[in-house]
Amino acid sequence: MLTEYKTTADITGPLLIVEHVAGVGYDELVEVEMANGEKRRGKVLEVHNDKAVIQMFEGTSGLNIPETKIRFQGDVLKLAVSNDLLGRTFTGSGAPLDGQAEIIPDELRDINGSPINPAARAYPNDFIQTGISTIDGMNTLVLGQKLPIFSGSGLPHSKIAAQIARQATVPSSSSKEKIQFAIVFAAMGITFEEAEFFINDFTTRGAMERSVLFINLADDPAVERIATPRMALTAAEYLAYTKHMHVLVIMTDMTKYAEALREVSSARKEVPGRRGYPGYLYSDLSTLYERAGRIQGEQGSITQLPILSMPEDDKTHPIPDLTGYITEGQIVLARDLHQKGIYPPIQVLGSLSRLMPKGIGEGKTREDHSGVANQLFASYARGQEVRELATILGEGSLTDTDKKYLEFVERFEKEFVQQGVDENRTIVDTLTLGWKLLSILPKTELKRVKSEQIEMYAH
Amino acid sequence: MTTKNITGAIQKVSGPLVIAGNMSGANIQDVVFVGIAKLIGEIIELHGDKASIQVYEETSGLKPGDIVESTMEPLSLLLGPGMLGAIYDGIQRPLDVIKETHGAFIARGAGAPALNLEKKWKFTPSINVDTEVVGGDVLGTVQEGAIVHHVLVPPYVSGTLTSLHAGEFTVEDTIGEVKTSGKKVHALHLAQRWPIRTPRPVQKKLIPTTPLVTGQRVIDTFFPIAKGGTSAIPGPFGSGKSVAQQQLAKWSDADIIVYIGCGERGNEMTDVLLEFPELTDPKTGESLMNRTILIANTSNMPVAAREASVYTGMTIAEYFRDMGYSVALMADSTSRWAEALREMSGRLEEMPGDEGYPAYLGSRTAQFYERAGIADVLGSPARQGSLTAIGAVSPPGGDLSEPVTQNTLSVVKVFWGLEERLAYRRHYPAINWLTSYSLYLDQLASYFGEHAGDNWNELRVQAMSILQQESALEEIVRLVGLEALSKHEQLLLHVARIIREDFLQQNAYDSVDTFTSLHKQYRMLSLIIDLYTKADNRLKEHDFAMQVFLTLPVLTAIARAKVVPEHEVDSAFDAMHTSVATEVDSLINQ
Repeated sequence: MLTEYKTTADITGPLLIVEHVAGVGYDELVEVEMANGEKRRGKVLEVHNDKAVIQMFEGTSGLNIPETKIRFQGDVLKLAVSNDLLGRTFTGSGAPLDGQAEIIPDELRDINGSPINPAARAYPNDFIQTGISTIDGMNTLVLGQKLPIFSGSGLPHSKIAAQIARQATVPSSSSKEKIQFAIVFAAMGITFEEAEFFINDFTTRGAMERSVLFINLADDPAVERIATPRMALTAAEYLAYTKHMHVLVIMTDMTKYAEALREVSSARKEVPGRRGYPGYLYSDLSTLYERAGRIQGEQGSITQLPILSMPEDDKTHPIPDLTGYITEGQIVLARDLHQKGIYPPIQVLGSLSRLMPKGIGEGKTREDHSGVANQLFASYARGQEVRELATILGEGSLTDTDKKYLEFVERFEKEFVQQGVDENRTIVDTLTLGWKLLSILPKTELKRVKSEQIEMYAH
Repeated sequence: MTTKNITGAIQKVSGPLVIAGNMSGANIQDVVFVGIAKLIGEIIELHGDKASIQVYEETSGLKPGDIVESTMEPLSLLLGPGMLGAIYDGIQRPLDVIKETHGAFIARGAGAPALNLEKKWKFTPSINVDTEVVGGDVLGTVQEGAIVHHVLVPPYVSGTLTSLHAGEFTVEDTIGEVKTSGKKVHALHLAQRWPIRTPRPVQKKLIPTTPLVTGQRVIDTFFPIAKGGTSAIPGPFGSGKSVAQQQLAKWSDADIIVYIGCGERGNEMTDVLLEFPELTDPKTGESLMNRTILIANTSNMPVAAREASVYTGMTIAEYFRDMGYSVALMADSTSRWAEALREMSGRLEEMPGDEGYPAYLGSRTAQFYERAGIADVLGSPARQGSLTAIGAVSPPGGDLSEPVTQNTLSVVKVFWGLEERLAYRRHYPAINWLTSYSLYLDQLASYFGEHAGDNWNELRVQAMSILQQESALEEIVRLVGLEALSKHEQLLLHVARIIREDFLQQNAYDSVDTFTSLHKQYRMLSLIIDLYTKADNRLKEHDFAMQVFLTLPVLTAIARAKVVPEHEVDSAFDAMHTSVATEVDSLINQ
């Protein structure tokens, strides 16, 4: 029998302070019963002798001091996992949202997980074809990578993430069957419409039975968001390492997650770091992102595609900044491309995939891939400089070579970057297109590709 | 170990910080065991009988009243044969062993001895009994791969060597004894313990005069670091800090590499673990992993152990320095170490300094880098050892005015400033040549003159001046266009571009380009300067068109010079010098 306490002393923001408790452990799960019988959950953030600070997942609205009953559960927050997870939709704190029954668990798992031993990781180096040229060709995603999309308000990040989820395959995998990803979707503080967009997309193409959804909407309690990605990743780890599936985890919007963390931090009166975010934001984010990866001798994998909106498109804002320090690159969306009507508006030069060098080349994509990518980067960068120069001095002042660059940069954006929402390009399509565009330039300008490759591919 | 252990009880738990009461008698920096699970922690503050403890493992489930036991000893490492090629966490737990015993995920309380206690090593004494020994004296050797592991008398031990045995020993077996002046007997082992926060002593620190040759052109040629020197690589994310650090770990001509992944990505450590065994150390012909020790406390591992990881790495590096080796230590990233300090400081409710960092950030940073250096080490035979420390810094938003960068720059001698603007254009390594600096240039000038080429220093100055003039001219071009410049200035811009693209840029993923010997660096630079001098002279008499200059075939050859294999360097570069001469002579008036 669990002891029930009615000794709440303070309620501030999402926090509850309870006195005269005994035997309470740090990080323990708490059940709180309100005056009207409604039950909510929370966890212990701090214990000091007989005083416990509890963070409520579903917020504190409607709680009062005299009638609130508190029961400490003697264990940390756990997620029920089993094969039945697939096809289900849950709230941000793991309760069924689809009207179906609770999962009959195979196992209960601590949602915080445990760090993967760096000595046990396998290096991610299997190419994932997303069908999007700017990603496959120049910022390649690999199996087990964490590659966030840095977006801004009003940019089509959801469309891109859905397109990736729809098109992603692993062409080089040895198995005859095409790898199909299981999708774990964690929504944190996004709007109903955005969430519906994903749900519809999964449903209409029959991907629902391979998906698990955790939904915390903008009007759901903000603190619940702190648990949401951990629930999702726990489900993903179960599917990947117990059920040996390849899992693609989409987490959106990480900015809202970090804001929830800030809310709790400020309620605890902690010394704030940059822009009011807690000093441990980096460590906290890493406990999410680092759950992506591959493990030696294990079939399954977790690939993460977190989405975050950059306030004012500012990449130096703490959330994109700290994310970029943890993740293996980033896909940056550009407002100017979007305004020119280019979809997907991927800012090629600002984007980066750190795992690309080992995921491409002979036997993975094609032997000229790295050369083509480097050459496209260099030429596009040069072309942009030329374009800037042309705006200031006029096109007339350009040399002949520079005029070629100008043509290259325009066509690159219209033909290579731009593609349809349903256009699924193979890596060979992408590389061929790259060569076609590079052949606009004089051969002497192509210093990053090997001369025999120029002979072979540039026409 | 000791009978008067002190036992108290938990009063408060807040993340990695635990406060325990009834602890009077325990010392600051004592290692303690917390709770029933015996989690390892360290006392960082004492108030009356209350001890503040940073716990090196996840604290969930700890309760007020749980037992806390002090070992009365500071956090120490076990230093001895068997560390090379190993991967440790921040407090020297062997991760490869833990993987075997506990699986792919690091369970709480997982532990294993830092060195294999069963393995026997063949010890060969090199001194006779009945000699007087002092700390640092070489007792004998153990062969570990290609590396000779010198077994030393621990610092602060001295007396008469009463016995010393050859044979096969485990690291804990007694190999001999020293009778100290106080008539005490001190047993000698292959391994010794040393507290991580105490620098290992040396006899005399020296001024460094030899470069650490890294094979990275922008570093060796323009901003070299000395053996025993210190340097910082600050840069925003995506600017290539980790690749740069790994390149240094791979190609530096140090004997031993200690690579600390402090609060960074797990996959980066995996990358090192998988790649280094495949690479060959040019000096020994053995796998690079055999000279490398990895400390991996990744970002998702407990934050307090991250704080300790840099000291663990530093202590191991000092241990090998004491044998007389040149050791290079890479810490990636010191910002994460500083953040761990900040997190603990916040939980201790200390008054925050700049950006929430504790006021002692500066002094801790300085103390860390001061442990680097080249020195006459303790004991005989007389020998020199060096410890080069290279720290990556991850400034938030790439803003170098932040406290960690500023505190670091005030102590280190070399600054390799990585810039996003360059990485954005895929100019790697993205080290800004205008803002970076090395304060060792003068100290190292005579070495380069002797070993690389007698006019090395002049060439470097000339190339740098071309790059500096380029940045001034670029302003003008942006305003009025290239045509407004004189032919000489236009030529300079073209040559500057050649220096940037064909010399400074270096591809870490190309099998040849990844490492360039000093000799080849010298040949490359003198070729470019030769081209510039000849073309500039030619321009004085012949007003040739720049378009024609740009189509000279030798320019393509120069662009591909970086991938000329080391053994073909002399013939290939001699040929290119000839081409430069004939092709420049073919330039005529428009």
